[in-house]
Amino acid sequence: METQPIHAMTRFGFGRAASEPLPTDPTAWLLNQLRQADAPWRGTEPSTQIGMEIERALRERRQARKEAQANDQPRVNRPGEGAGMVAVTNAGQAGEKNPARMLFQDNARSAMGRAVETTTPFRERLVWFWTNHFTVSIRRPIVAPLVGAFVQEAIRPHITGRFQDMLFAVMRHPAMILYLDNQASIGPNSLAGQRRDKGLNENLARECLELHTVSPASGYTQADVTAFARILTGWSIGFQGISPGFVFRPNIHEPGAQTMMGRTFSDGEQGGIEALAFLANHPWTYRHLATQLVTHFVADRPPPAAVAAIEGILRDSGGDLGAAAAGLTRLPDAWTPLTKYRTPQELVVATFRALGPVEPAPPYQLILNGLGQPLWGAPAPNGWPDQAADWTSPEAMMRRIDWAFGVAQRPITREPLAIADDALGALLTPETRQAVARAGDRREALTLLLTSPEFQRR
Amino acid sequence: MHHPLSRRSTLLGLTSLMSAGGGTLAVAAAPTEQRFVVILLRGAMDGLTVVAPYGDPGLAALRAPLIPPQPGQERGMFDLGGNFGLHPAMSGAHDLYKANELLLVHAAAGPYRVRSHFEAQDLLEYGAEHSLNSGWLNRAAGVIPAARDPGPGVGSFARGRGAAVEDGTLSGPGMAAAIAIGQNIPLSLRGPAPVSNWAPHTFGEPQAALYQQILALHQRDPISGPAIANGLRARGFSEEATRDMAKHGGRFAFAKLAQAAGRLLGAAGGPRLAAMELGGWDTHTGQMARLNGPLTELDSGLTALKTEMGEAWKKTVVLVMTEFGRTARINGTNGTDHGTASVAFVAGGAVAGGRVVANWPGLSRGQLYEDRDLAPTTDLRSVAKGILAAHLGLNAGALATVFPGSEAARPLNGLVRAG
Repeated sequence: METQPIHAMTRFGFGRAASEPLPTDPTAWLLNQLRQADAPWRGTEPSTQIGMEIERALRERRQARKEAQANDQPRVNRPGEGAGMVAVTNAGQAGEKNPARMLFQDNARSAMGRAVETTTPFRERLVWFWTNHFTVSIRRPIVAPLVGAFVQEAIRPHITGRFQDMLFAVMRHPAMILYLDNQASIGPNSLAGQRRDKGLNENLARECLELHTVSPASGYTQADVTAFARILTGWSIGFQGISPGFVFRPNIHEPGAQTMMGRTFSDGEQGGIEALAFLANHPWTYRHLATQLVTHFVADRPPPAAVAAIEGILRDSGGDLGAAAAGLTRLPDAWTPLTKYRTPQELVVATFRALGPVEPAPPYQLILNGLGQPLWGAPAPNGWPDQAADWTSPEAMMRRIDWAFGVAQRPITREPLAIADDALGALLTPETRQAVARAGDRREALTLLLTSPEFQRR
Repeated sequence: MHHPLSRRSTLLGLTSLMSAGGGTLAVAAAPTEQRFVVILLRGAMDGLTVVAPYGDPGLAALRAPLIPPQPGQERGMFDLGGNFGLHPAMSGAHDLYKANELLLVHAAAGPYRVRSHFEAQDLLEYGAEHSLNSGWLNRAAGVIPAARDPGPGVGSFARGRGAAVEDGTLSGPGMAAAIAIGQNIPLSLRGPAPVSNWAPHTFGEPQAALYQQILALHQRDPISGPAIANGLRARGFSEEATRDMAKHGGRFAFAKLAQAAGRLLGAAGGPRLAAMELGGWDTHTGQMARLNGPLTELDSGLTALKTEMGEAWKKTVVLVMTEFGRTARINGTNGTDHGTASVAFVAGGAVAGGRVVANWPGLSRGQLYEDRDLAPTTDLRSVAKGILAAHLGLNAGALATVFPGSEAARPLNGLVRAG
């Protein structure tokens, strides 16, 4: 049996869905996806507008609560009923569903469902890759109502476009600005800085250099980080107008031109635009992105020739991410046997693709919490790791097994052997096939399939 | 130490503690009766707030709003002898200090000057100025000289035993030599010495026979084969040590992990090394309020460790360190940004404590590192090497194995009580 079609669906997609035809020309199937438009969003599409409205409502509510508490202060101090009254009022508010949380959960559920159902899985994997490259996380809860919109508006439109445009969209999105504190970074010599004795917060500038663009290998210094932080002062968010979102605030911007990595950038908003264009097209950025892409899609230890090939494509095309993605499918190393381990998120998507539609929809975020990788919940700005050693500790493996055993309990009518042949095809080993065929019942058979070494890899 | 699989059934119903707190725990065996615990504070703890040099005339000009109230005032610092004050959230640590069981090494940092959390944490865990294929604690576990009397029962947890799964069954000779609690194994303990791990979880579990079948399918898989075999063993072993964790819920999760660590390390024949970590220190904004949570967790964790270890506390050294310090000046958002030197805690019954040790660099104009950070005057490797030498008996050759390229960072003497 030919392995290439199922190999393409596994390495570059989320595994074969039960109903999916095997492509006759796997490379053409992948390249064609890069030219296709995304399927429309099912349900309410995440948008910055909606997210910012909720953000504003929450701010107003917090403000109102603060004022209410200030008014109630004397009663709190009175023994007995005073404190109780306040407690009851607050409990009533807490009992209401938090709209930010509800929106986040709805967006996360839709994003997982989209990956499970997609007919352009390579596109979706690219969306996931770049979302993780530019991590924003609900570890900062203020980000929650904006993450879905961030993916939809700053990442998705650019996965086959220019890296510079993606970087620009990301750095101006309220989710990233809030996640890395840039709205609070104030130029010490700006109008506001002189008045209020406030100052810089380097968080966004540092992570942009370290994680998003040139990486520490480029040798930038603390002075470069500080200069970039000054350049980015004023990149903030606003709730006014018909499209709340990014605003440039001149009154907190550090005045004057700034020098970073040997280049001088203009004063004002333009300086940030220039600096991002410089960083997006820096040779070290191309190398960093190539390394990340090859590590993610090809091998934990990225083959230097493969990295060089992708780096060359980025350099020659001026950071064309579609060309880089196409280049990945042409790497000889991409067609050697699969060694990458599926992350929990990838495993969960692959599992539900293999099993076919299930009702009711799975509680994705609960599952992902249990497996240690909640969607859009990375612990730190460097995002989720994607190498085997990070996901295959003994307890992590045990949880994969236990979860598979739980999923296998669902009322699934198709024969486990048919599911195995469809999902893994030529990748299915005789040992696993035999174990599935001989299992005592359907649940055991599915557990053996879903936990098998070949189903754990991509 | 072979636990029949059926006993794991008592694990069902445990709630997921790990998601509630920011801590993890891993332990390793060593042929000694001395105990050594390393706690890594991820996110860069601000040493100038936690052990504030209130006697330094330069401090107030840099960060007046970040200094806790003076000793003697309401919620004031605990005085540490006239120049330094311990953060008011650390009453447990202050008790240790008064009992001469806590020593503070100030203006300490690793040898690297990167201000990236991720790089600095990795290098601190590798114990080198570049990445290696093992962590320093894993290497230490490999070179600790055997005690003449290793104590009762050490054979069941001996180095190098139990991780092999050649027979493909679950009834191996014993535990893996190291076990981590939490879903991930810290970098410092990764390496040739086998490590296993376990964490409370909520998924159901299949019967033993199905586990056996799954293990058989993974037997030749170099990644998942050993992992699954060790995972099954770890669950059996950890059941005892962590039996109370679920009852207490998620509050002070780190203290619960510390209890589990204390119980494991305190046991005859139990592990002797532990690596723990605690996050929440990256205080770019609103630092005064945000530090209370992690400090309280750390403080209750140290207290829980002492309580749970009982007599073994006398043979214990705990090293608490962070990847770097924070800026000496307050930033624009009532917090601090990434800096250089911070403070390290050396705690335990074996510690010659009740002191602040520092080659104090000063905070006045011209004394800050890059006109920005508390200058580093003590290498963290000197602290670790001082403990490894005096407490665990490592000679110069063994220290060079644990911290390659660290000749210039000589072991710090006098951290541990004589005898």
